[in-house]
Amino acid sequence: MAEITLKAMAHSYEKHPAGPEDYAIRQLDHVWERGGAYALLGPSGCGKSTMLNIISGLLAPSEGQVLFDGKPVNHLSPRERNIAQVFQFPVVYDSMTVFDNLAFPLRNSGLPKAKIRERVNEVADVLELEPLLRRKARNLTADEKQKVSMGRGLVREDVSAILFDEPLTVIDPQLKWKLRRKLKQIHEQFDITMVYVTHDQLEASTFADRIAVMYEGRIVQFGTPTELFENPNHTFVGFFIGSPGMNLMDVTRCEGGVQFGGSRFPLPEGLLKRLAETGSDNLRLGIRPEFIELTEPAPDSHPATVEDVEDLGTYQILTAQLEGQSLKVRLSEDTRVERGQEVHLHFPARWLKLYVDEYLVGEAP
Amino acid sequence: MRKIPDNRAWWLVLPVLLLVAFSALVPLMTVVNYSVQDIFGPGNAYYVGTEWFRDVLRDERLQASLLRQFGFSAAVLAIEIPLGIGIALMMPKGGIRASLCLILLAIPLLIPWNVVGTIWQIFARGDIGLFGWGLNELGLSYNYTGDPVDAWLTVLLMDVWHWTPLVALLCYSGLRAIPEAFYQAAEIDRASRWAVFRYIQLPRLKNVLVIAVLLRFMDSFMIYTEPFVLTGGGPGSSTTFLSQTLTTMAVGQFDLGRAAAFSLVYFLIVLLVSWLFFTAITHMDKER
Repeated sequence: MAEITLKAMAHSYEKHPAGPEDYAIRQLDHVWERGGAYALLGPSGCGKSTMLNIISGLLAPSEGQVLFDGKPVNHLSPRERNIAQVFQFPVVYDSMTVFDNLAFPLRNSGLPKAKIRERVNEVADVLELEPLLRRKARNLTADEKQKVSMGRGLVREDVSAILFDEPLTVIDPQLKWKLRRKLKQIHEQFDITMVYVTHDQLEASTFADRIAVMYEGRIVQFGTPTELFENPNHTFVGFFIGSPGMNLMDVTRCEGGVQFGGSRFPLPEGLLKRLAETGSDNLRLGIRPEFIELTEPAPDSHPATVEDVEDLGTYQILTAQLEGQSLKVRLSEDTRVERGQEVHLHFPARWLKLYVDEYLVGEAP
Repeated sequence: MRKIPDNRAWWLVLPVLLLVAFSALVPLMTVVNYSVQDIFGPGNAYYVGTEWFRDVLRDERLQASLLRQFGFSAAVLAIEIPLGIGIALMMPKGGIRASLCLILLAIPLLIPWNVVGTIWQIFARGDIGLFGWGLNELGLSYNYTGDPVDAWLTVLLMDVWHWTPLVALLCYSGLRAIPEAFYQAAEIDRASRWAVFRYIQLPRLKNVLVIAVLLRFMDSFMIYTEPFVLTGGGPGSSTTFLSQTLTTMAVGQFDLGRAAAFSLVYFLIVLLVSWLFFTAITHMDKER
């Protein structure tokens, strides 16, 4: 187990990167603490897998340092770093049996036979692979292969960390849920540092204590699922997390707040001060669909037209037109609204977030 | 859909039937025809049954030649297959250096058989050939025209030089087809170089190795031109392999019946051994 520190680390696949857009990972500092369960969440192509390969040592970062427990490991191979990694596309050694596949990492470390058998049986038990142990890996189905591939990552006890690169993509939903629970249990039992790459927010929040959201080669926010939900640091986090994502409205400055069209949104004193300090006109106001309320007409409510209502079984999503912008509102099942109807929306001040140049502006400390 | 019975459709099979007949059946049956008759001239043939076959199988000269042939093919396979794999493993993975290696490897394969024989005949000479002269200068007594062992080794070396590149090229293509993910997984699983070879590379080379082993077996078992040009089968009969014995019998002595019987036996041996190799390799790691 180790604490993994990325220091001024950046990576580009180009030999001579010309600008920031040539970087798969832009310069960042980050610490994965010892024994934590982390998720690395982001859309495809945001640099998640690159980051994972840099941690494991399959890839050398073009700039900066990787440290394990404070010691630089840039020049060390994955073998020397003692890292386990599970890949998105399952790799099984198809000339071997399932048992031999699981035993492979242990045999390579030269463990005694009895110990190997014990560990393999333990892991096979967790992943429900026991009936398959004597089978050749070549004849397995895709999800069985993925379990074997995952088992090889879990079988070693003494690893610095286990990295998962979307390990459950081809597994069916029910088993997926179960395996995620198992991983969580394994984590609690052995206290191993785990980093789990995924593009699925549900997967990230069920597995991890803390989630790092990646966007365009940067970690834009690192926090608990609740923090990411309630206080998105970046418009991307607001939009990417939640279903549907945060409503983001383009706004301009006005007396005592911001506005768009004829709708004015007063801001607290502290925020106004911060807003005055920035020169940028790239202002956006965000609010999650869950926090918008339907009310009776009132001085601080905004009239909007209902464009569409989607009933998702346990809740409904209302799309409302307000001053030319579409807003999503999440409503309980019992609220009755119809298409074309006029509604009044209330935006509770504490859930309104102001973003300048895509980053959240908090009140002055 | 309703089926319309129309036997004229059989005519559509005719072209294929003709093709197979002319390419395989007719020549083969001609040989079978010769092998059971004693032919003195046109219209002057006698049916002799299996006499030629019994005769051929008892012939000591042929038995010696067959033994020599098996020894040669075994040596060829034992050297060229591991060597070819080794060369393929050492070759660069891509770029200009890989292209250069491929060109260098391909050169021996492009040289016509009897040119290969001629090249080595000169190359290995003790007086003007670099190889033979060099060995003699080193204090080794080497003379491929006089010493049977030297002749044998020279033929073997020539074949290794000529055909190992084929095995190497086949293995190289097999190695390039292994996805990078396997090497990454092995690296993560802390596999040693040997474990990577044994459990990742070798199993995935199986298919190309089947081809390599079969091609090299069949070709070496039928070797004719190169030793014929190099040593003429000598000294004595030390490098006279089956094809040459057969040619001497058929063309030199015009012993057609006997040669035909021998051809069939030869053909069956090649078929049988190839089948054995194929079955052995493809069944190597089937589910038990």
